[in-house]
Amino acid sequence: MALEDELQAVTKALSGIGIDENLLISALGKWNPVERKSFRKETSQFFLKDDRHFERWDDQQVKLLKREFLRFKNAMVLWTMHPWERDARLAKEALRDGPQSYGIIIEIACTRSSEELLGARRAYHSLFDHSIEEDLAYHINGSDRKLLVGLVSSYRYEGPRVNVETAQIESQTLHTAIKNAHKKKPKEDEDVVRILATRSKAHLKTIFNIYKETYGHNIHDELEVDSRLEEAVLCLGNPVTYFSKALDEALKSGSDENTKEALTRVTVTRCDYDIKEIKEEYNRHFGVPLCKSIEDKTHGNYKHFLLTLLARGD
Amino acid sequence: MSSLSVPQSVPTPAEDCDQLRKAFQGWGTNESLIISILAHRNSEQRKLIRQTYGETYGEDLLKVLERELSSDFERALLLWVLEPSERDAFLANEATKMLTSNNLILVEIACTRSSHELFLVRKAYHARFKRSLEEDVAYHTAGDFRKLLVPLVSSFRYEGDEVNMTLAKSEAKVLHDNILEKAYSHEEIIRILTTRSKAQLSATFNQYNNVFGNAINKDLKTDPNDEYLKLLRSSIKCLTYPERYFEKTLRLAINKTGTDEWALTRVVTTRAEVDMQRIKEEYRRRNSIPLDHAVAKDTSGDYEKMLLALIGHGNAQV
Repeated sequence: MALEDELQAVTKALSGIGIDENLLISALGKWNPVERKSFRKETSQFFLKDDRHFERWDDQQVKLLKREFLRFKNAMVLWTMHPWERDARLAKEALRDGPQSYGIIIEIACTRSSEELLGARRAYHSLFDHSIEEDLAYHINGSDRKLLVGLVSSYRYEGPRVNVETAQIESQTLHTAIKNAHKKKPKEDEDVVRILATRSKAHLKTIFNIYKETYGHNIHDELEVDSRLEEAVLCLGNPVTYFSKALDEALKSGSDENTKEALTRVTVTRCDYDIKEIKEEYNRHFGVPLCKSIEDKTHGNYKHFLLTLLARGD
Repeated sequence: MSSLSVPQSVPTPAEDCDQLRKAFQGWGTNESLIISILAHRNSEQRKLIRQTYGETYGEDLLKVLERELSSDFERALLLWVLEPSERDAFLANEATKMLTSNNLILVEIACTRSSHELFLVRKAYHARFKRSLEEDVAYHTAGDFRKLLVPLVSSFRYEGDEVNMTLAKSEAKVLHDNILEKAYSHEEIIRILTTRSKAQLSATFNQYNNVFGNAINKDLKTDPNDEYLKLLRSSIKCLTYPERYFEKTLRLAINKTGTDEWALTRVVTTRAEVDMQRIKEEYRRRNSIPLDHAVAKDTSGDYEKMLLALIGHGNAQV
């Protein structure tokens, strides 16, 4: 390759999701000092002109690069972890990161089975010497607290038995709360929290179906005003759609780190469960196979690892 | 400590079932024989007996007991034969269907069982009632009661001994501030009571007493008839001094005109294998008369025999 092309390739290898380690080795590894100087002079994306006449790495860029280099290691560590420890650590991290990450707590509380959630709560005791609900309640205030603590404390019945009459009434209750959103936030409604935090998944799916039949809209579409409830409803009623959306957001250019992390998290945590359905949903909704998106937008060992995990679902 | 007495050499489940079968046959039922067997077997042994009886005679032992026995004795025996988690699930379900005064039973179960035991109860509840415990509690309660009871039955408290004294001090203050303002169902009170570990709560209540001069339950007695405050005080007692809670429950059940058999049966059958000895000591200390004497005075017949067999009587101590 001509140096010009190589400079472009190296820049590309250092941008985006994951790092193209092999290309860096084969290109950068060969460059002599003159070529490396060219790289620094011509890649203003990474290097700043210092007043004292040298090209300096942009600190911010180094930080971003560090994260990208770590992406593969983080994926490996998460992949080998016991699912209980994994979920406990993810929840703890989300709590530490603040409100923008609380969606992960909802994801864990609502998409795992009752036994898996119990396991995560056990692991949390071991790892952090507190109960997860204790930490959530302490650090989260307001209406989010009731919803999140309720969701994480659930031990839902997992059988198919559903009381259709009750489901009808509860569908109405949810609808009324949504219609009155301008007067009172739905997630502050006692009954909304009661229904979402205690009913079995079979019962909830029945409620959501009745809702659609009665009112003509998917309930999660009507909850756009309240992102927490929207996430909860989607995770409880249609986790495959939720995960497919999370992957799409993660792969969009310009997405922030929190959003990008979903790529590792979803792939690793769903690989042995419903990754096949998620791939199909992604393809159906976004018109392009998930593997192709990942091929295009990620690099290096990280990419190969993701693709290997995704292939297991076939 | 358990008050249950099991014979040195226990007959096999098959032998026990054979005897039980004999007890049911013929005119009437040989209740004494039933008591002499079932009231002297632990949870594991009773489970095996029930299993063996079902396999041998094709009938659930519980159904037979229901058919052959009646009233208080029957209820005591039925509750006793169940495994602890099934028993608690049954009692909890019963409580959700009744008046608010039975919310106390939910508090009792949620707060005196260990985290692990409480989860077993929730699992047993799924199996028997095809719904979750928290779903039924939430559905059958409202307002402040729901705010307190749902998190209580859903809790999975950390069980370690670690205590954060700084936190205990600050949370004692939070409790006190809210109590002063009579905000008894404030989010923060609920949060502390329903999520902190038992060790942490003990430390917090001690701090409360040291710093503010009164035991927290004393400050919560502003209205002795307020049902919600009763539940709050009971939760605190159950979480920190369960034997005192059970002593009081027994005392009230026995002293009540006509006796509250359901409370008596519940406490005896659920605590016989857990801490009945301690409860007996507490009862003796408070009432100057041993528990078994009080029970004997207040009950009669097979019901009395059953209770006394479980409580243990005529022992050297107490």
